[in-house]
Amino acid sequence: MRERSILVLCVAVLALWLAGAAQAAVEAIDDRGVRVQVRQPPQRIVSLMPSLTETVCALGACARLVGVDDYSNWPSSVNALPHVGGLEDARVESIVALRPDLVLVPTSSRVLPRLQALGLPVLALEPRTLSDVRRVLQVLGPVLEARDPEEVWQAISREVQVAAQKLPRALRGTRVYVEVGSTPYAASEGSFIGEVLLRLGAENIVPARLGPFPKLNPEFVVRADPQVIILARGDAPGLRARPGWQGIEALRSGRVCALDEAQVDMLMRAGPRLGEAAHLLVECLQGRLAAGTSGR
Amino acid sequence: MTEAPRAPAGLAAWLLAASAGLLALGVAVGSMGWEPLLDETGAGLTILWEIRLPRTLGAWTAGALLGLAGAAAQGLFRNPLADPYLLGSATGAALGVALLLVLLGAAPAAGTAWVTSLGLTGAAFAGAMAAVVLTLALARGVQHTLRLLLAGVIVGMVFGALASLVIFLAPELLRSMQSFLLGTTGFLGWAGAGVLAGVLAACAGVAVASSRALDALALGETTAASLGVPLARVRLALVGVIALATGAAVAHVGLVAFIGLMAPHLVRALVKPTHAWLLPLSALAGGVLLLGADVLARWLLAPRELPVGVVTAVLGGAYLLALMQRRPR
Repeated sequence: MRERSILVLCVAVLALWLAGAAQAAVEAIDDRGVRVQVRQPPQRIVSLMPSLTETVCALGACARLVGVDDYSNWPSSVNALPHVGGLEDARVESIVALRPDLVLVPTSSRVLPRLQALGLPVLALEPRTLSDVRRVLQVLGPVLEARDPEEVWQAISREVQVAAQKLPRALRGTRVYVEVGSTPYAASEGSFIGEVLLRLGAENIVPARLGPFPKLNPEFVVRADPQVIILARGDAPGLRARPGWQGIEALRSGRVCALDEAQVDMLMRAGPRLGEAAHLLVECLQGRLAAGTSGR
Repeated sequence: MTEAPRAPAGLAAWLLAASAGLLALGVAVGSMGWEPLLDETGAGLTILWEIRLPRTLGAWTAGALLGLAGAAAQGLFRNPLADPYLLGSATGAALGVALLLVLLGAAPAAGTAWVTSLGLTGAAFAGAMAAVVLTLALARGVQHTLRLLLAGVIVGMVFGALASLVIFLAPELLRSMQSFLLGTTGFLGWAGAGVLAGVLAACAGVAVASSRALDALALGETTAASLGVPLARVRLALVGVIALATGAAVAHVGLVAFIGLMAPHLVRALVKPTHAWLLPLSALAGGVLLLGADVLARWLLAPRELPVGVVTAVLGGAYLLALMQRRPR
């Protein structure tokens, strides 16, 4: 009798322990180096960065998002979700009201310490490079328990490869200038955009040692004489008015690739759509998108 | 520095020499730092002519405008702290530019460079004028210096907040406005330099013509009036000069701090001139200061570029601090 009760006790303890193990949080190490315990799998996710929103969706957990930042707009299903503010002015109250069991924030976000102080499970991730994109996938994969992150990464990588093969041999080594702000701020070789361009075989006129998105002396661009300029559509008409720029080869040959808002979003987010962005860049290099802009 | 008081003409010669030296330096410092290039291809010549020269001249002229506006404001309001910032005219100009950018769309390039340059100057002038008039109305005239400065601070804050509101409502402006708020000379071309030079000539002419009235004003308003100075007309003309000079400078190089305050102080620290000398000397000093700051901004991290307003704020802050420390002795 006594032995049996001990056995029952043992089984009970074992069962409890197993249950505990199953319930135990998955541990993830985020970009701050902080170990974050996440009760798994999170069912109410708030994302405060477009690239993170897209990563969650690429991992097949889009339906578990309950709120996103004001700039997240892809896939279109996230437009129906509550928007909880921008990158610098996220509304803490709205986020808390959504009762999230996981909040994804960029490392540089100012709401991060506030959310943490309120006891929300916060995972700080900020993809800045291609390897970051992969790492973010690898961190989020086990936490979300959704699609295999490596599979998603391989798909992105494959797309970039396919795009690279699409680029005619003659266009390899094309000198490219990617402008992300009209001041001018450029995307250098060290940015994720630069990394994709490098993989495509194009030559970025802005070297990596200047930092990922340096503010340049405009004269630098004139001297580097890029063959293709890629920028947002709104800034394109002003290029010729910049002193000395009308002599740049890209402007003389009309190879200015002016991207619309949706295309800029795709290119400027270090997320799962970088494969598509690579195709976009190839079209830019081939001059297919330039024609559409002259009408403006 | 020698202890002997310099003659104003000596200082003028000195500032002109410094301007010439900086002009040469400004043409020699490019996107790679020090490179007095004249390379074999002839592309070098284009860069010198199309980019560096107008940029360098434009930076000098904008600085001269700010120095002139500062000296005129300090004389008119008989207050050594009056400058385009404290009267709210700089932030008013920024608001004018922001509104124009909203109307035109983020890229101010609908027309030619000349049209853009003139349009921005006009918008900035309107904004600066509105701010100065509002300041004067709130202060109920210029008699009370303290009230004038307080009103200027208030108007500056409110106009600055309105400019922020415009940026908030049109976030696509954020990047171009940010560069504007930090100050930049990067895209000054011949059109911009030409407009600035024209404005400088007009403003300097009016200001120097009013210099005797400013001298008389230094003795107090009643004395000036009894000396036969047409106070109302002089005030109107000089407020116009301040608004136009500030507006033109802000429209082309953005909010560049401290030049308007520092240039007249620098001149007065070296000589004790009448306004007929102080005004042009302050303009020269302003030109030297802004061009010097611009060359530094281009050079320090080349080919990256510091916002020139950051450089002037650091230099100006350091200078005023040194001035403050030295005063009691």
